[in-house]
Amino acid sequence: MTIVARPETPAGGQSGLSLTIASDPLAVRNALETVRCALQMDDVPDDTRSAAELVLAEVMNNIVEHAYRGGSGDMDLHLRAAPGGIRCEITDSGAPIPGGLLPDPAPGQTYRPDDLPEGGFGWFLIRTLAQDLQYRREHGRNCLSFFLRTDNTNEAGGTVAGQ
Amino acid sequence: MEIVSQAQGPVLVAQVMTDRIDAAAAIQFKETMRKVIEAPGNPVILDLSRVHFLDSSGLGAVVAVMKLLAPQRRLELAGLTPTVDKVFRLTRMDKVFVIHAESPRIRAAG
Repeated sequence: MTIVARPETPAGGQSGLSLTIASDPLAVRNALETVRCALQMDDVPDDTRSAAELVLAEVMNNIVEHAYRGGSGDMDLHLRAAPGGIRCEITDSGAPIPGGLLPDPAPGQTYRPDDLPEGGFGWFLIRTLAQDLQYRREHGRNCLSFFLRTDNTNEAGGTVAGQ
Repeated sequence: MEIVSQAQGPVLVAQVMTDRIDAAAAIQFKETMRKVIEAPGNPVILDLSRVHFLDSSGLGAVVAVMKLLAPQRRLELAGLTPTVDKVFRLTRMDKVFVIHAESPRIRAAG
């Protein structure tokens, strides 16, 4: 599988998709459309494509809202085909994630009708749909990387072992 | 954000006409629904059959509309497309909402 949208220097012998995206919800929406088209052209299964779209939306929206706090900036997205899936890396120059640790919200097993959360779903979706999630702060930039499986998407809400 | 609504007997049906409820559209969705639900009707059935993408901001906005209606009126959902359905299932919000497989038809006037 090759993800082709903009020619670039092949990394490790494989071409990928690289996008620079302004920190803005509409720019994020356009980038997701570009990614969706690229994955469609590469015959990535529907399930993986929708998982990719969701995870990338949540990651990029977090950058817009929290790293840049609604201010200006941009982020670099890089997708590359890897055995069994897609390797994703996204970097930005916004504020670091507090404590250097990715949020790990516990999903509600049940919700009380009078006390429903309106937020906090984002990291839960990211952690459920992406594998090998890693965060590091490097040269004043946030770098988040993760893997999206194409062979077996994890829908049960558990963790996929043996990644 | 275009939302078409119609009273059908005791029910108020509201169909979202745009294909995304994402971070760029969530506030607009909530504000448009706030106007839509000024009309009477219970439950309010939100027809999402044209919505192909909903992220956590969109989910939060749907929950917010449910809270606007509570406790007197209920918000129910209909016509979830696969990606939208996935978000509701993964976050277990599918247990919170009554979800109809079939979306009610908005009938032509007259």
